[in-house]
Amino acid sequence: MADTAQSSSSEILAVANVSVSLSGREILRDVSFRCDAGEFIGLIGSNGAGKTTLFRVIMGLIAPTSGTIRVAGKARSRRNPLIGYVPQKIGLDPDMPIRARDLVGLGIDGHRFGMPRPTAKRNALIDAMLDAVDATSFANARVGNLSGGEQQRIMIAHALISRPSLLLLDEPLANLDIRSEQEVVSLVARVAKVQHVAVLFAAHGMNPLLPVMDRVVYIAGGRVASGNTEDVVTTESLSRLYGRHIDVIRVHDRVLVVAGREDEGLHHAELAAPPGSA
Amino acid sequence: MFSQFMINAWEASTIVAVVAGIVGFFTVLRGSSFAAHALPNGAFAGAAGASLIGASTILGLGVFSLLGAVGIAILGRRARRDVATALTIVVMLGLGSLFLSMSTEYAPEIYSLLFGEVLGVSSNELLPTAVIGMICIAAIIVLYRPLLLTSVVPDVAETRGIKGHWMEFAFLLVVALVTTMAVPVVGTLLIFSLLVSPAAAARSFTNRPLAAMGLSVVLALVTVWSAIALSYTSNLPIGFFVGTIGAVTYAIGRGWTVRRRLTWPAFGGASLRP
Amino acid sequence: MIPASIGSAIIEPGFFSSAPVQVALVVGAVAAVVSGVVGVFTVARGQSFAGHSLADVGTAGGSAAFLLGISPLFGFVAMNLIAAGVMELIGIRRRRGRDIATGVVLGAALGLAALFLYFDTTSTSTTGATINVLFGSIFTLPSSMVPVIVALSALAIAITLFLYRPLILSSLSPDLAAARGIPLRFVGVGFLAALALAVSLSAITIGAILSTALLIGPAATALRLTKRTGFAVAAAAVIGVGATWLGVVLAYDSYYWTPSHRGWPVSFFVVTVVFVLYLVVNLVATRRASGRRTSAPEAR
Repeated sequence: MADTAQSSSSEILAVANVSVSLSGREILRDVSFRCDAGEFIGLIGSNGAGKTTLFRVIMGLIAPTSGTIRVAGKARSRRNPLIGYVPQKIGLDPDMPIRARDLVGLGIDGHRFGMPRPTAKRNALIDAMLDAVDATSFANARVGNLSGGEQQRIMIAHALISRPSLLLLDEPLANLDIRSEQEVVSLVARVAKVQHVAVLFAAHGMNPLLPVMDRVVYIAGGRVASGNTEDVVTTESLSRLYGRHIDVIRVHDRVLVVAGREDEGLHHAELAAPPGSA
Repeated sequence: MFSQFMINAWEASTIVAVVAGIVGFFTVLRGSSFAAHALPNGAFAGAAGASLIGASTILGLGVFSLLGAVGIAILGRRARRDVATALTIVVMLGLGSLFLSMSTEYAPEIYSLLFGEVLGVSSNELLPTAVIGMICIAAIIVLYRPLLLTSVVPDVAETRGIKGHWMEFAFLLVVALVTTMAVPVVGTLLIFSLLVSPAAAARSFTNRPLAAMGLSVVLALVTVWSAIALSYTSNLPIGFFVGTIGAVTYAIGRGWTVRRRLTWPAFGGASLRP
Repeated sequence: MIPASIGSAIIEPGFFSSAPVQVALVVGAVAAVVSGVVGVFTVARGQSFAGHSLADVGTAGGSAAFLLGISPLFGFVAMNLIAAGVMELIGIRRRRGRDIATGVVLGAALGLAALFLYFDTTSTSTTGATINVLFGSIFTLPSSMVPVIVALSALAIAITLFLYRPLILSSLSPDLAAARGIPLRFVGVGFLAALALAVSLSAITIGAILSTALLIGPAATALRLTKRTGFAVAAAAVIGVGATWLGVVLAYDSYYWTPSHRGWPVSFFVVTVVFVLYLVVNLVATRRASGRRTSAPEAR
């Protein structure tokens, strides 16, 4: 069930009938959804479903073969200062002499020529952002020495410090244990709420996001189904999306999405968190 | 050691060391030590070619190091960076062997270009060396922020409009400029060593980028001054001292890094120094 | 006598019947085959800088050996094995860090080479020696060494083949290889030893430039042509031998090009052939890929 595209003053992102082909393969097909200011949207899909490609199109790095993308009412362009991006693989080199606060500082003005001017205002901005992501304790540590989760928080701070309107996170929960998953989700939701930033959070499964998600965009085989969770995540809706029988089972406040039949490239049974572990 | 004759050597090498320390910071950050080796050595072929047609050595160096930078940048778009650099250097050296075969007589300077003859610097070479050196430093200052960002997190830099390919090309151009100014003064071996070892050692001792750059300059100066002094007193080649001192400082740096990791359990997870 | 460097060999009439030329063709072919085989993995593992450095690094060992009166070949090989060991010992896993370590080792080794060459002022003039370090090989090897060279080449290939499967896996996906229980350190060291051997042999016989050119060029070209390792290895060897022989023939031919009858160096021709072939294959491969893109049928 697709949202109809309506232009409204609070609309941050409008993706309309976007198709993308790369190297002769169609990655995205007739994708449409929109995102309003401050909304938290989960982009749910498995590997190869097209999440990263969708991000790259939104950021203006790939041109769609058809369809349009509008960010805050304007056509998408390269280097849109309204979009912040946190990549999936961060992997910083421990030999690099750069501190967490330096990297966050580059989020303010790293795209401009010249050298950073260490004014009190700039430092205050950096300190505030570090505090918002609970990174003050390792602000002066070398970025390459931080753990994966800590590096991720620094990259979130880097993306948010320039006050974007839209934050894209590419599978931040990959390789995290359940508790860390919950920490990242609540951190992002909290900071995004404070800054009134719209969030497009890509993930394999939606369960960690259920507490904070406003709407869901479910992506499979290059097509999407977007809307409220209750409407999109149903047996009928997902079966239509995947083109085969899918069962959606609700256990307490968790959702279990089960493929009707073993098949490659398909979303396998998504394990729900055991009740009471929240 | 401080005769009028030697003053030029001290001054010229100081200029080169300062520039090498600053550019070396980014050379090491970007892991471009192959390019730092390829451009000076390849430029040498240009000097041979210039000597052949009677043009100035600096012109030959400049043209060939520029061609080298272009070659690495263009080939590097399709292939891995190290393959692009390898192909570029062998093409330049292949041309160099052609030029060398065409004449039996070459200006004596060009032989010193390899292992360095700091002692052969004349006073009227100092000014152009300093001027080009200032241009290199200015270029690094201008490129500092985007170059730092793209070197550390290239994916994110790309989304902020910093095109990695153009940054790589710009950086290679700076290295080409450094090559042009430094090779006549210190030779290819020294400029390569000074671009890599001091910065590689410096980053073991500080977490701040600007401090690392400053320390890199200090180490480059210490290296080259010690090497001149030792070479003067022992009569052994200066390249030997530069290479050895470089390796020793690098080893000390790595040892310090290992020690930090072993003895400070909170290392990396807690705030240590301001 | 194997010419000090094929690059400086003066080609005379009676080309193919001349004994030095025959030796040059054989030795060149052997070097090309070893370089091609080892080169495919060198390129795949991103160790091109190490491969190039070892050509210069070994010079220090060769000069030292020469000073001590030992055959330069063994000094060259020994120095390279030590250097390869040091590079691996520093044990940096990231590519950037490895290249920095390689750079430092190269700088130190070149400094040592400068030192030994300075001591060795009796047989060669310093200036000529430094030129040859860069462009050719300063060492001459007696023809009796040919069997040794062939044997060591076979050893380098044997090590590579012995490590074949784990090499492919650890080059493509180190994590998967580690999970499968492959001793990454052992494979890494083993491969560097093979690389050290291969580069030593080619650098001494055909010169430093050609050593790198034949190590990287044919392998990079072959990897553009095919993704299958076996085919790539075979293709790299064939391309390398072909380029070497073509280069030698062209160099002989160039003797007639100018009235001064100087001829142009073999290294120039071989490098040019290798490079042109690389460019052509890349152009064709890129054309094919984009052709596939534009001719893809539009979605339903």
